[in-house]
Amino acid sequence: MKRHVELKNHQREIYYFRFRLMLSLSLVLVMLLILLARFIYLQVIKHDYFQTLAESNRIAVVPVVPNRGLILDRNGIVLARNYSGYTLEIASRKVVDLEATINELSTLVDIQPKDRKRFKKLLAESRNFDTLPIRNRLSDEEVARFAAQRYRFPGVEIKARLFREYPYGQGTSHLIGYIGRINEKDVDQLEQEDIASNYLGSDYIGKTGLEQSYEKELHGTTGFDQVEVDAGGRAVRALSRIAPKSGNTLMLTLDAKLQEVAEQAFGNYRGALVAIDPTNGDILAFVSKPGYDPNLFIDGIDTENWEALNNSPDVPLNNRALRGQYPPGSTIKPFMALAGLNYNERTPSYTISDPGYYTLPGNRHQYRDWKQGGHGRVDMFKSIVISCDTYYYGLATELGIDRIHEYLTGFGFGKKTGVDMEGEVSGLIPSQQWKMRRYKQPWYAGDTVSVGIGQGYNLVTPLQLATATATLANDGIAFKPHFVKQIQRSNVNAPDVAPQSVFDLHIKPENIDLVKRAMEAVTKPGGTAAGASAGALYRMAGKTGTAQVVGMKQGEKYDASKISEYNRDHAWFIAFAPADKPRIALAVLAENGGHGGSTAAPIARKVLDYYLLGIIPKPLESGLDKEGVEND
Amino acid sequence: MLTKRELQRRFMAHLDPILLLSISLLMLLSLVLIYSASDGNWVRVLGQFVNILVAFAAMWIVANMPLHYLMRSAVPIYILGMVLLVCVALFGDISHGARRWLNIGIATIQPSELMKIAVPLMMAWYFEKHEATLTLKNYFVAALLLLLPVALIARQPDLGTSVLIGASGFYVLFLAGLSWRIMLGMAVIAAASAPFLWSMLHDYQRHRILMLLDPSQDALGKGYHTIQGMIAVGSGGLLGKGYLNGTQTHLDFLPERTTDFIFAVWSEEFGFLGNLILLGLYIFVIGRGFVITANASTYFTRLMAGSITLTFFTYAFVNMGMVSGILPVVGVPLPLVSYGGTSMLTLLLGFGMLMSVHSHKQLVKT
Repeated sequence: MKRHVELKNHQREIYYFRFRLMLSLSLVLVMLLILLARFIYLQVIKHDYFQTLAESNRIAVVPVVPNRGLILDRNGIVLARNYSGYTLEIASRKVVDLEATINELSTLVDIQPKDRKRFKKLLAESRNFDTLPIRNRLSDEEVARFAAQRYRFPGVEIKARLFREYPYGQGTSHLIGYIGRINEKDVDQLEQEDIASNYLGSDYIGKTGLEQSYEKELHGTTGFDQVEVDAGGRAVRALSRIAPKSGNTLMLTLDAKLQEVAEQAFGNYRGALVAIDPTNGDILAFVSKPGYDPNLFIDGIDTENWEALNNSPDVPLNNRALRGQYPPGSTIKPFMALAGLNYNERTPSYTISDPGYYTLPGNRHQYRDWKQGGHGRVDMFKSIVISCDTYYYGLATELGIDRIHEYLTGFGFGKKTGVDMEGEVSGLIPSQQWKMRRYKQPWYAGDTVSVGIGQGYNLVTPLQLATATATLANDGIAFKPHFVKQIQRSNVNAPDVAPQSVFDLHIKPENIDLVKRAMEAVTKPGGTAAGASAGALYRMAGKTGTAQVVGMKQGEKYDASKISEYNRDHAWFIAFAPADKPRIALAVLAENGGHGGSTAAPIARKVLDYYLLGIIPKPLESGLDKEGVEND
Repeated sequence: MLTKRELQRRFMAHLDPILLLSISLLMLLSLVLIYSASDGNWVRVLGQFVNILVAFAAMWIVANMPLHYLMRSAVPIYILGMVLLVCVALFGDISHGARRWLNIGIATIQPSELMKIAVPLMMAWYFEKHEATLTLKNYFVAALLLLLPVALIARQPDLGTSVLIGASGFYVLFLAGLSWRIMLGMAVIAAASAPFLWSMLHDYQRHRILMLLDPSQDALGKGYHTIQGMIAVGSGGLLGKGYLNGTQTHLDFLPERTTDFIFAVWSEEFGFLGNLILLGLYIFVIGRGFVITANASTYFTRLMAGSITLTFFTYAFVNMGMVSGILPVVGVPLPLVSYGGTSMLTLLLGFGMLMSVHSHKQLVKT
């Protein structure tokens, strides 16, 4: 019985299924008829109409690239500009034999092997339908020669366009960065942000530095020409135009002359310098040495230059000021002193007796002071002036790593400053948690000792240290460091970008006063930076630092002459001036420069002399205009 | 030792000659068209040839697979697809403003493509399992199996793919005998919730739908594709402008010439006559699909084959409709013709299943 019912259901099911299948089939046929009707409508009935559209209506929409915004320093000196010139470009997909065409072209215009190499590189990286430059900056004569022979070269054309140029070259390379040709990755990024249509005609985009970070301001809005094209696709008549809107001009907080003084003050040292106005966070100078010539990158750098830059042991492409992470060395001591006062672990008058080393209770390991035999009796003031290590070994141990972490993080160490440039790194202030996460090891008491003198696990960037110094100089009220003073839209004077106060540490006046007085004494006879500061006509405050690159064994002595150059200590100096009413705060790092007092402090001195007094250092030649400078 | 003849016979044993012939012609046409659409770029043509070879191999393997293999693979494939979709939603790569790709180290994959096969397969499997005792609850569960992946894909956002997968799943429900009353009810609900769905769409999706209503509104922007496609089709006329002579194609007016808008290239260069030939080839494929479906021996194979056939038609219809301006531009390739390895693979896997359904039916007990 049951079997019978099932069988019947089964047959009925197949019947239903086929019924529905037939229904779908008829629906399919109906849809096909709709398509057919549409084809008849478009291709038969309206054929003439569309034929006319296709033939006469060869309207092409040609994007008009906006002029890129300029970049100026705070006084209007141009740091990035555009100039017009001619380029010879090849539409590679329209050319059958590229090699032969280029050989032919080289009889008319000068094409060097490096131009060919660069062209090949561009070809490999380019988007499918680009036309690519084989030569830039053609002379008028070359333009004329090619124009006369143009008919021989289908797919090759001369284009007039604006070139980007960085007049200060190396000196502002890490600050301004550079633009370069748009590659696949950039296209993806633009599409993600849904602004690809604004780059339809653009070949260039900011790649690093402020050119990258302020790309949106600098690029401008692309316009469109509607043009009629002939059967060969050449424009014959312009129909209408939506004008492009030029990019905005950036006026920086930077002082270009100060930048040049600072850059040259480094001499042959590698390193970084960041100078900040502590009252508002304006970045006045931003140097990373060595730099590179950003102009090389604009049209794709050639292989030799690229390899030279990329393989140099001096890593010129590394933005040390923004991305270099170094142990702060003794420059951390003023901040440690404030921490000690803040947590009541030290009073100003508390005195230690320094035998020249420190030992942890129950341990025989000696943490040595830089001065053999020690400094004798040392209070907080003296500990900063003579940079006593033993004092801070003890202070760090008594504070404990977690309170150090808390206080220094509050000062802005170990996290990004939020500066308006992409690529900043955060440095590192260790904590128990961090060590557990990173090394799966508990924190040892010995780890804390060296943190007290800025060695061990902690790392800072020159930008961070300069920002923290500015905050200290400004009595604990921090401003976010920033490069841009004004964004000038369509050449009208724009209001200044408002300085952003980010936090106030509420440091007790007597505490900050003590530390600042001690830092001023650093620059006086008896202090570690006395030599570099001698004869300064303003009140200068600072702190030297020396950061170890390679560790030393117990009982071993540091001897610079026996260590290869790249393993010598880094020299630090932080400073602000005038000490009573600071207008500038800075951090200087001279890589492998040895002692902070002897190499980093003199660099800072030249920068302060110029900024506060207008004194131009002797060996500085070049484009500084000497008339505008008043000399006290 | 096998003779050459015997080898040939074994190779062809499970390949359906009628399907094989019609899809081969379509793929040949694809190579010819891609040559024109890419302005004679042999690299592109060769790329498509490799796509075809790979997909063809996959089709052969599936066609030679007994049906119970297919059935057994339904659940694992579906689960794998769902897991990958969730992964995409959580940590997929963003490209072109949508999160569709998953980077698995050696390559990036687009799990929504897998779901084009996995969803109908899973639903057909589910209905087969509950064939004897189908109740409303089963339809509800099947609908859920469909809606989960569709919702995930729509969120990526990938409207085109989610609509197509939704359609393929709906075909299974329809062929499985979903009652008319429920379908009517769903239609009413859909109409009522349209305003809400509208508010859920992304701006660019809304834009595309609006442009369909009046493409001239934004002739330079989003309406551009539609207008240029229509001009290409219309100016092709009865006989077309001739191979490699399409002005719309070769003067860069057509967007996405080798992929989504390849039909415009065909229409422009071969005209109405060409369109008739193309439609004829598609009708052949679809007709054969219907015959295979009608003669399929089990519930599972009927549903599977019916869904594959109807989905294939939907692809073709949506693409031609979009290029000729009666449907919004949703980014659906012209099946078997547009350049692209993934869609070729998915389609031929489907045809492999159809062939397997047909050639293995004698071996299955009813």
